[in-house]
Amino acid sequence: MTVAKDNGKIDKIIEKYPSEPGSLIQVLLEIQRENRWLPKEALEKVSKKLKVPLNRIQHIVTFYKAFSLVPKGRHEVHVCTGTACHVRGAPRLLDSVQDLIGISPGETDQDLKFSLDTVSCVGCCALGPVMVVDGEYHGKMAPAKSEEVLKNYD
Amino acid sequence: MSEILLQIDGREVKASEGMTVLDAAQSVGISIPTLCHHEKLDPYGACRICTVEVETGGRTNLVAACIFPVAQDLVVRTRSEQIDQTRKTLLELMLAHAPDAPALLELAQEYGADKDRFEKEPSFCILCGLCVRYCAEVKKANAIGFVDRGPNREINFMPEIASKECWNCKECFPLCPTSYVQAAYHLTEALAFPPPASKPASEE
Amino acid sequence: MPRINSPAELEEFRKDIISKRDPNKPCIAICTGTGCLALGAANVVTALKEEIKKQGLETKVDVETKVDVRETGCPGFCERGPLLVIYPEEICYLQVEPGDAEEIISETIVAKKVIDRLLYAAPGTDNDEKIVRESEIPFYKHQMRNLIGNNIKIDPKNIDDYLAVGGYSALVKALCQETPEQVVEMVKNSGLRGRGGAGFSAGMKWEFARKSPEKTKYVIVNADEGDPGAFMDRALLEGNPHSVLEGLTIGAFAIGSHEGYIYVRQEYPLAVENVGIAIEQAEAQGFLGKNILGSGFDFTIEVHQGAGAFVCGEETALLMSLEGKPGEPRPRPPYPAVKGLWGKPTNINNVETWANVPLIINNGADFLSSIGTESSKGTKIFSLVGKVNNTGLVEVPMGITLRDIIYEVGGGVPGGKKFKAVQTGGPSGGCIPEEHLDIGVDFDQLAKVGAIMGSGGMIVMDEDTCMVDVAKYFLKFLAGESCGKCSPCREGIRQMHKILNNVSEGKGREGDIELLEELCEATRNASLCALGGTAPNPVLNTIRYFRDEYEAHIKEKRCPAYVCKELIAYYIDPDKCTACMICSRKCPAEAIVGAKKQIHVIDQEKCTNCGTCFEVCPSRFSAVTRLSGEPVPPPIPEEERTIVRKSEKK
Ligand SMILES: Cc1cc2nc3c(=O)[nH]c(=O)nc-3n(C[C@H](O)[C@H](O)[C@H](O)COP(=O)(O)O)c2cc1C
Ligand code: SF4
Ligand code: FES
Ligand code: FES
Repeated sequence: MTVAKDNGKIDKIIEKYPSEPGSLIQVLLEIQRENRWLPKEALEKVSKKLKVPLNRIQHIVTFYKAFSLVPKGRHEVHVCTGTACHVRGAPRLLDSVQDLIGISPGETDQDLKFSLDTVSCVGCCALGPVMVVDGEYHGKMAPAKSEEVLKNYD
Repeated sequence: MSEILLQIDGREVKASEGMTVLDAAQSVGISIPTLCHHEKLDPYGACRICTVEVETGGRTNLVAACIFPVAQDLVVRTRSEQIDQTRKTLLELMLAHAPDAPALLELAQEYGADKDRFEKEPSFCILCGLCVRYCAEVKKANAIGFVDRGPNREINFMPEIASKECWNCKECFPLCPTSYVQAAYHLTEALAFPPPASKPASEE
Repeated sequence: MPRINSPAELEEFRKDIISKRDPNKPCIAICTGTGCLALGAANVVTALKEEIKKQGLETKVDVETKVDVRETGCPGFCERGPLLVIYPEEICYLQVEPGDAEEIISETIVAKKVIDRLLYAAPGTDNDEKIVRESEIPFYKHQMRNLIGNNIKIDPKNIDDYLAVGGYSALVKALCQETPEQVVEMVKNSGLRGRGGAGFSAGMKWEFARKSPEKTKYVIVNADEGDPGAFMDRALLEGNPHSVLEGLTIGAFAIGSHEGYIYVRQEYPLAVENVGIAIEQAEAQGFLGKNILGSGFDFTIEVHQGAGAFVCGEETALLMSLEGKPGEPRPRPPYPAVKGLWGKPTNINNVETWANVPLIINNGADFLSSIGTESSKGTKIFSLVGKVNNTGLVEVPMGITLRDIIYEVGGGVPGGKKFKAVQTGGPSGGCIPEEHLDIGVDFDQLAKVGAIMGSGGMIVMDEDTCMVDVAKYFLKFLAGESCGKCSPCREGIRQMHKILNNVSEGKGREGDIELLEELCEATRNASLCALGGTAPNPVLNTIRYFRDEYEAHIKEKRCPAYVCKELIAYYIDPDKCTACMICSRKCPAEAIVGAKKQIHVIDQEKCTNCGTCFEVCPSRFSAVTRLSGEPVPPPIPEEERTIVRKSEKK
C-alpha cells in the first residue's frame, strides 16, 4: 500500500526518538504530520521499535483526536466548536461548511480534496467563529465568508 | 509490614499496607459488590459499583473500594442511602447496554434497579475490561484491546494476534459478565482473520 | 550567544543589552500572536518593513528616526487586531491593515502625528473622543497586567527582550541567595493558588514534592489548556515563554528536580514553536542545562505535545499521556507528589501558576499576597469572550466584581441586548446570572454561586443564548472527551446529553429535570476523576438559575431564546414585507417563495431554520420574525401577495 519512499520517511522519524514507550505519542504525532495519516505498516513498525503492543497503539490512535487511520484530503478544514465560537454562531458555520464541501466532520470527500473536522478551541476565541484551513486561521467567519475562503482551494 | 487499623461498617478491621478497602472488607467477610475486579488482575476501578463512603479527617468522600488504599483510622461505610442510590443508577445505566447479563440482574434485584429505566442500546458490553486486562496482564498476549474513547469505547480483537493466540486459550470467555467477548471473538474470526493459509488449525 | 556563568556576568550582559537600546528610539511593537496572525498581522509586518525601507529609515544613522519593528506576543485585545503600539509615545493602533503602513511610517514615525482613524473609539461612539495611549483604553485601564503586561514589550523569539525587562533575575535570586526551603516558604506565604482549576496552594504542593526522599523527581507545566474558550495559557507560552521557563526552573530548584516537561496541546503550533526556541536560547545562555549560572544546579526541559484530548489536562491523565499511554486518569491516592511520572514524585502546575513564580521571587511574597482577597491572592487572567464588546484576555486582581469585568473592562453586551449569564470555569463550571454579578471574583465566591474559577474562561451570554442549549453543548463536549474508562462518567454523561437533546428538540418529558438531577448525583459521586465528577455542574447550575427555560422547552415546547432549531420557525410578516428579495436570494435552502412586488413566503417544509433570512432582513423592515411554541400562521393566498404601494414614489 505505502510506497517504499514513504517508509523511508517514516523510518527516519522513528529513528529520531529514543526507542522507549514514552516516545510513542510524539512519534505518532510526527508521522501524522508528515504523512497526514497513519498506515498500518507504520503502526507495526512503531510497535516493534518502541516495544509497545499493537493493541495499545490501536487504542492510542483511536483515543487521541489528532490521529487518522485513513488518508486525509489535500486540505484539512477545522471548524472550531469551542464555547466562545459556539455562542457566536459556530453551529451555523459548521452547517454551511458541511453543505459547501458535502461532508460531515470526521470525513474526507471522495476526490481527497477536503477533510473536515471540528476542534475545540484553537485559542483565537476573541475572533470567533474560527475556521482553520491547512493551518491558516480565518476569524470572524460567517456562512457566506466561509464560501469565499473555501473557493480558493483546489 | 506495619499493621493498619480501620473501621468498616462499625467493625474494627486489621489490614496491612498495600491492601485496598475491598481487600480489607473481604478479609472479614464484609461483601462489597464488584464487576470489574478480579484477584489475578491489577486493581482497575472502572465500573464503580464498589463505591463506598470513606471518612478521613472529618471529610466524607465516595471512593471505589477496589482501588482505594487502606489507611490508619479510616472509617468506611459500605451501605448507605447515597451509596445504594448511586449503585442503583449505575446498574440501570449498564443494563441499558446489557439487559440480560446475569451479574447485573442479580445486583439489580438487590438494589431495586429497573432494567428498563433508560433507552436500550444493546452493545452487550459494559467495558469492565476483564478480557483486555487478563489477556495483557496474565497471558501477555495482547490479542484484545480497547479502541476509541468516551461513549464510543469498545473492545476489539487484533485479528493478526488473535488468530495465533486465541484458539487454544479462550480463558477470557468465562470472565466476561455478559458473554459478549465470545461473540466478539467469533465475529472477528469470521470477518477479519487473515486467510486460512497462515491460520493454524482451529477447533471450530 | 554567550553562555552566562554567574550572576555577575548576567548583570553585565543585561546592562549591555539595555545600553544598546535607546528608549527614545521609535519602536513599532506589533502583535503576531495567533489571534492577530489570523487577522493578517503578518502582511502588516511585511508592509511596515517595506515602507521603512522605501522611506529610507532603515539605514538612517541618527537614532531619532531609525525604527525597530518588534513582533511580539499577544497583549490580549485580539478582537481589535491586528494591533500595534508605537513607542516611546505608546500610541496604540487597532485593526491595522497593510494599506495603513505608509501612513504610519510617514505620519506617525516621521512627522510624529497621530492617525485618528486607527485609534481606539468606544463601540458605538465613532465620533467621540479617541484614545491614543494603550494604557488608557478602557479595556486595559481597569486591568492589572502583572503577567501579560510584558507581552507587547517582548519578541518571544528573542531572549534579549526578556532579559531587557529584567528576565531571569528571579532565577539568580532563587539559585544564589535562597535555599530551596526558603523558596518553598516564599511561594507558600504568597498565597499563590493553582491557576489550572482546583486552586490548590502551590507552595503546599511544592512542599509535598520537596519532602519526598526520592532522588528522581519531575516538574511539569500543564499547558494543555483544554477549556474550549480560553486562551490565556496560549498567550503566556506563546508571548512570554521565558517567564514560564524561569518559573519552572525555580520550582525545580525548590523541589529538587532536574527534569521538567512542558505538556502543550498540539492545537497551539505557535506556542510549541516559541517555547521550543526559548528552551534552545535558554540552554545556549546557560539558564538551563548543567550548572545553571554557576550555582551547581542542573535542569533540563523537554516539550511534549498533546494529541487532542481534553481529559489529558487532568494531571494524572497528563502523566499517562507523557508515558505514551491513552489518557486515562489514574486513581488518586497515590497523588502525583508521591507517585507521578514513571512512578516518581512529580509536581504539576498550570502555565499561569508557573508564570507567577518569578514575580513572587523578585518582589517578595507580600507582593502577591497584598493583591486580591482573603482566600485568593494575586491577579488572574480571564479569557473574556462571547457576547461582550471588548473580547480578549483580561488580567485583573482577584476580588474584582464580575460586573466590573464585563462592563468596565469588557464594555458591556453589544447590540443593546440584555445580559443573561456569564459562564466561568469551562465545561466543569457554571453560568452565573445577573443577580450575582456583584460578587468578587475569587475561588470561594465563585464556588458559592455554583460556578468555579477553573482555568479562567469567561463567556458572556446574552438574551439570545438558550441555557438548555448551553448545558447540552457542554455535555456533548464532555461526552466526547470522557476517556470512557469508568461507567458513571461514560454512561451518565451520555444519558444526560440524550435527555438534554430530547428537551431541546421538543421531546422532553415531565420528570426529565428530576431524572437529570439523579444522573448528576450518580455521575458526581462515582466518577474516577474530576472530569466526570464535575460534568454535572453545567446541568445543575442551569437548572438552578434557569429552570423556567427548561420548563418552557418541556411543557410548552418553546425555546425562549429562539435557539433550539426544532422548536422555532421563521415567518415573514406579510404586512411588513416589501418584497426586497434579499432574503429569498440569501436563503441557502431556497425555501423562500417570492418575486419582485410579491410578498415573500417561507416554505416551512424546505426551511432548515438556519436563520439567515432573519439576519439579512433590513432592520427598517424587520419583516422576518421568529416563532416558538406557537403555530406558524398559514401562508397568505397567492392572489393576495402582490404589493400595491400606496404611493409609488421612492
Ligand atoms: C478534565 C480536567 C481537565 C483539566 N484541564 C486542565 C488544563 O487544561 N490545564 C491545567 O492547567 N489544568 C487542568 N486541569 C487541572 C489539573 O488536573 C491540575 O489540577 C492542574 O494542572 C494543577 O495545576 P495548578 O495547581 O497550578 O492549578 C484539568 C482537570 C480536569 C479534571
Ligand atoms: S471520570 Fe470520565 S474521564 Fe475521568 S476516569 Fe472516569 S471515564 Fe475517564
Ligand atoms: S472557542 Fe473557538 S477559538 Fe476558542
Ligand atoms: S469493582 Fe471497583 S470499580 Fe469495578
